[in-house]
Amino acid sequence: MEVSSHTNQAGNETIMNAIIDISGLVKKSKAIFNLHGGVHPPGNKAQSTQLPIGELPLPEKLVLPLRQHIGNIPKITVSINQHVLKGQLLAEAEGTVSAAIHAPTSGTIIAIEDAVIPHPSGLPDQCITIKPDGKDTWIERKTQDWRKGNLNDLVASIRLSGIVGLGGATFPTQIKLRGNGKSEVHTLVINAAECEPYITCDDMLMRERSEQLVLGIQVAQRLIGAQNVVVGVEDNKPEAIAAIQTATANTNIEVKVIPTLYPSGDARRLVHLVLGQEVPHDKRSTQVGIQVFNVATVLALYRYFEFGEPSLSRIVSMTGNVNRPQNFEVLFGTPLMHLVKAVGDAKDDTSHYIMGGPMMGFDLPSEEVPITKAANCIIAASPTLFEPATPAMPCIRCARCADACPVSLQPQELYWFAKADNFEKAQDYKLFDCIECGACSYVCPSAIPLVQYYRYAKSEVIALDKAQEAADIARERNDFRLARLEREKQERAAKHAARAQGAKAAQAAKAAGSQEGQTVTDKQAAITAAIERAKAQKAADGAVPKNTTATSTATKAEIKTIDTRRAAATKDANKLTADTDKQAKIQAAIARAKAQKAAALKAKKG
Amino acid sequence: MLTALYIMLGLALVLGAVLGFAALKFKVEGDPLIARIDAILPQTQCAQCGYPGCKPYATAIANGEADINQCPPGGDEGVHALADLMGMEYKPLNEEHGETKPKAVAFIEEDVCIGCTLCIQACPVDAILGAAKHMHTIVASECTGCELCIPPCPVDCITMEPIEETPENWKWKYPAIPIKPVMKL
Repeated sequence: MEVSSHTNQAGNETIMNAIIDISGLVKKSKAIFNLHGGVHPPGNKAQSTQLPIGELPLPEKLVLPLRQHIGNIPKITVSINQHVLKGQLLAEAEGTVSAAIHAPTSGTIIAIEDAVIPHPSGLPDQCITIKPDGKDTWIERKTQDWRKGNLNDLVASIRLSGIVGLGGATFPTQIKLRGNGKSEVHTLVINAAECEPYITCDDMLMRERSEQLVLGIQVAQRLIGAQNVVVGVEDNKPEAIAAIQTATANTNIEVKVIPTLYPSGDARRLVHLVLGQEVPHDKRSTQVGIQVFNVATVLALYRYFEFGEPSLSRIVSMTGNVNRPQNFEVLFGTPLMHLVKAVGDAKDDTSHYIMGGPMMGFDLPSEEVPITKAANCIIAASPTLFEPATPAMPCIRCARCADACPVSLQPQELYWFAKADNFEKAQDYKLFDCIECGACSYVCPSAIPLVQYYRYAKSEVIALDKAQEAADIARERNDFRLARLEREKQERAAKHAARAQGAKAAQAAKAAGSQEGQTVTDKQAAITAAIERAKAQKAADGAVPKNTTATSTATKAEIKTIDTRRAAATKDANKLTADTDKQAKIQAAIARAKAQKAAALKAKKG
Repeated sequence: MLTALYIMLGLALVLGAVLGFAALKFKVEGDPLIARIDAILPQTQCAQCGYPGCKPYATAIANGEADINQCPPGGDEGVHALADLMGMEYKPLNEEHGETKPKAVAFIEEDVCIGCTLCIQACPVDAILGAAKHMHTIVASECTGCELCIPPCPVDCITMEPIEETPENWKWKYPAIPIKPVMKL
């Protein structure tokens, strides 16, 4: 089956349906479609399903990395030494794609600093450390009616919940629900495939919490407005299938049991398997009307609305080279060693720990790392459990990787181009459609770490793209700066030119003035004219008050009295002038009389 | 005979008109070769090549005045890309123009800065913020790491800080055969 192609799909369908009919587990399933490629690694799931989901005692401290999801780092809203309650917001979502972080228990914040985070780089990143007070006191929980509540409000509130895709991709859930029920999504696919070996957290969730899970599915269905709901679950989980089928008995939720084949749990593969529809490689599934959620994510949504509980914990499979493999409900931030102690410690020959499954997981850089939203499974690894990789041999072009590739890529070509740093060509061969499932590496007879080459090529391409973007910005800024300098230069030159011209004109005028007396007369005339104008202006203005429209009556009265006074004063002054004139006339008359007298006297004598 | 002549003449006229129209309609402004060279250059604007910026250097390469191995920030890959574009032989970087360094951004020690604005005038991408007699600071996201702000600083308060590796900018490494530890970890 694993080497079958799309061409013999119909044949495979019949076989598959026959298998499913025999298993007798299927309720409403019609067709199960065929997947290209895929591999059958040993499941190793039974070890960790022997015990029910366990609870852990509170650890001594909780270390919460800010980077637990895809997107922007959230903004810290608390300070050091602050006492926080369980469920209190520690960091709020920043920007569109981001998720909030909450306190998993009550306690005191003892540090906000860089610490080792579960990341393949092994580099430290910013974390908030809480020392639990042991009381586990809840903050006030706000429940919401998800059955009848306003869709916009419900979806908007998810931003505060900190819920991200718990299948491992950790994509903030509110982004996936943004359609507010008006989206084109007609089918909701619930991912319960859990195809990777060792991981059993979703299996245990379905076994023990199927009632709540169904309610969670209904929450997601209402928020999206999807008419159809399909749960895709692999046939290696009979207990989980039985539980979910019982729980969905009286609902319109369809459970489709798919054959165990890695990587059928990949969202696009699952859509193809249960709906027979391939999502085009350059489109999102929502663009073809399909949305996919992991079981743990919808359960978290239900608990958020029904009980007001934000995302504080998740189910983690602690398995591999340990004494009592088991699933636990683990608070985010719980140190790895606390979890390891709960399973009766790792066996002596444990070499390191893997986060995620053996196919797609990565080696944890330290035993100090905390459990985060992405941690679905922790595997204690030992050389006997996972044989050390044999040295890679040359590629013999057998194309077994191409047969195994679930995305129908040509892994051998991609390997060739990635190895030669020929990234352009690798992108032509759809490097970025690779889901890094590791099926190619798994089947490679030469033991070539193919996925590592693809990861290397992908991160180089991303880095080059970023560098190109930065270069484009730098070019633009440099061009702008040069244009600005040029503009400033021209402005300065224009200013200088204007000033020089002004000085020249003045000089010319001066020179002209010294040659003839004409200009001086002109100037005088101009001054006289200006004085005349000013006088006329003054006369026109007179003592008429301005801006008096808004003045109060009292002020108006005051102005009136002043005006009267002013008028009287002017009159007095005029009178005074008139008096002076009289005096002058009298003087003149006296002078005249005196002159006459003198003349008469002269005549008498003469 | 005459018909053939007319057909040919008609064709010549029609095609001539089409070509003439295309020449006007799809006229390319500027020299596309300079733009293509400029696209390869890292836009550090550091002037280590001997030209005042990336575009002048691109122009000089296009005119055959400059060699393709004068850009240290572009590194070996840059020289290879330029050699491919220009159809020239690859040659190693000319050491006269400096060596390739890991990418860094400038950092102003703000306690020491006297606010002289000399670095602001030197920055080719306006990535320094400040005013006369006020402390200056670098806009790290816009800094190209050209080091042009370092020489003019009268108090030597600018240093180049290499960009640290964080989980954000971390890259998967080229697969290498791991060395097996002899002792158990």
